[in-house]
Amino acid sequence: MIEVANLSKRYGDLTAVHDISFTAQPGEILGFLGPNGAGKTTTMRIITGFMPATSGTVRVEGFDVFEQSAEVRRRIGYLPENPPLYNDMAVVPYLRFAAKLKGMARSAIDEAVDRVLATCGLTEHGRRLLGHLSKGFRQRVGLAQALIHDPPVLILDEPTIGLDPRQIVDIRRLIKDLGGKRTVVLSTHILPEVSQVCDKVVIVNDGRVVLQDQLRNLTRTRSLEEVFIEAISREHSDGAARVAGEGL
Amino acid sequence: MRNVLTIAGKEVRSYFTSPVAYVLLAAYLALAGYFFWALLSAFNQSLQIYSMMRNPEMLQRFNLNEMVIVPLLHNMAVLLIFIVPAITMRMFPEEKRAGTYELLLTSPVRVSEIVLGKFIGGLVLVLVMVALSGLFGVLVTIYGNPEIPLMLSGYFGLALMAAVFLAIGTLISSFTDNVVIAYVGALFALLLLYTIGWIGETIQGAGAAIVRYISITDHFQELTKGVIDTRDLVYFATVLVIGLFLTQRSVESVRWR
Repeated sequence: MIEVANLSKRYGDLTAVHDISFTAQPGEILGFLGPNGAGKTTTMRIITGFMPATSGTVRVEGFDVFEQSAEVRRRIGYLPENPPLYNDMAVVPYLRFAAKLKGMARSAIDEAVDRVLATCGLTEHGRRLLGHLSKGFRQRVGLAQALIHDPPVLILDEPTIGLDPRQIVDIRRLIKDLGGKRTVVLSTHILPEVSQVCDKVVIVNDGRVVLQDQLRNLTRTRSLEEVFIEAISREHSDGAARVAGEGL
Repeated sequence: MRNVLTIAGKEVRSYFTSPVAYVLLAAYLALAGYFFWALLSAFNQSLQIYSMMRNPEMLQRFNLNEMVIVPLLHNMAVLLIFIVPAITMRMFPEEKRAGTYELLLTSPVRVSEIVLGKFIGGLVLVLVMVALSGLFGVLVTIYGNPEIPLMLSGYFGLALMAAVFLAIGTLISSFTDNVVIAYVGALFALLLLYTIGWIGETIQGAGAAIVRYISITDHFQELTKGVIDTRDLVYFATVLVIGLFLTQRSVESVRWR
């Protein structure tokens, strides 16, 4: 369960995120959509506790990200835009390191490593150096790292970027399977991905939420592309109308 | 504490599974060995000259500690000024570049644990260096007759100095995501700290006292003379703790920007 309420983030004069609110229920895969630079990564970084918000609150599994940061972090698996890998480590030692960082009990680590290796199709590659892996494998190791402590909440920042079509299909299937009882937030700007994987859609543009609804409601009469394009151009047309109005 | 050890262990492994540790160790020991040999040759040469001159009074004054060990310790301290920044320059910039910084900061780990873990990881490498350079002391003891407690106090001073250098390097590495800046910044700070005592002799009044207190060389000198004074130990501990504390603040502040 993720509850984001009135979240804003300013860097100096620049407002990256402006009054964003949404919730994601357990078992729900939420597609976080928007053009590049819309504020997706910033929002996710705030949810994971990597940076604080300027104002607003985020609660994860009932815990406040700012006040009870450690509790929240224990419950989140996070795959940043670039998989956070140490190039001089091999796959298994890296996953063991991640497991220890997440505070897992020593006795549970071996089993957890085997489990995520199998889930992410890495069992054969446990001894390979991370620096030698292809983009697709790096992405899978990043995902394995996010899953190692079996978190109830998953935050995935553009998990399929840079993958080849087959890997994309694999990862999407994997995410779909991961859904189940977990809460998943998935950011992307690839629309078919959302149609295939997500239950709920939140579209952001220029740091604001311009549309949020269940996927099935949005795509009842139109394609997601049409909905998306309309949503992100609405803001601009409003502005244009206002300027035009002043002219009259 | 467990998190500190997890991070420290990862750091140590990454030093010793890559060529980094070995290159630094080799460079340090080769240069220190060369200094040792040069000092020893000079010592032997003067010894021979004075024995030929049959000047027993002069010969009495010859002292292996003062003429070989102490200058060697000072030279090794200078070497550490150049080598320690090469250890600390990667600590934070590499994490920021690789994106692993996000993994660390979004894990249920305190910033102070990250800082301490990285520091202890580097400390292991630096202490291995200082310990291996103890070989020169062992050689002198086998073939000569130095005052061992004095020598031990000197090496202890070198280890303390290395730890302080490391804390300062860690702090400067936390400021940037660029390894070159982290290296040069640390080199600058350490050289300044090492040489600041020079002006202590020319300026007057309270300024001179302050400069002399800040100067790490003056405190190190006491230890090489075999004087283990609480004041010097307090100095080393203070600089070390301030360095690590500011590193924690600096890492924490990045989030607030």
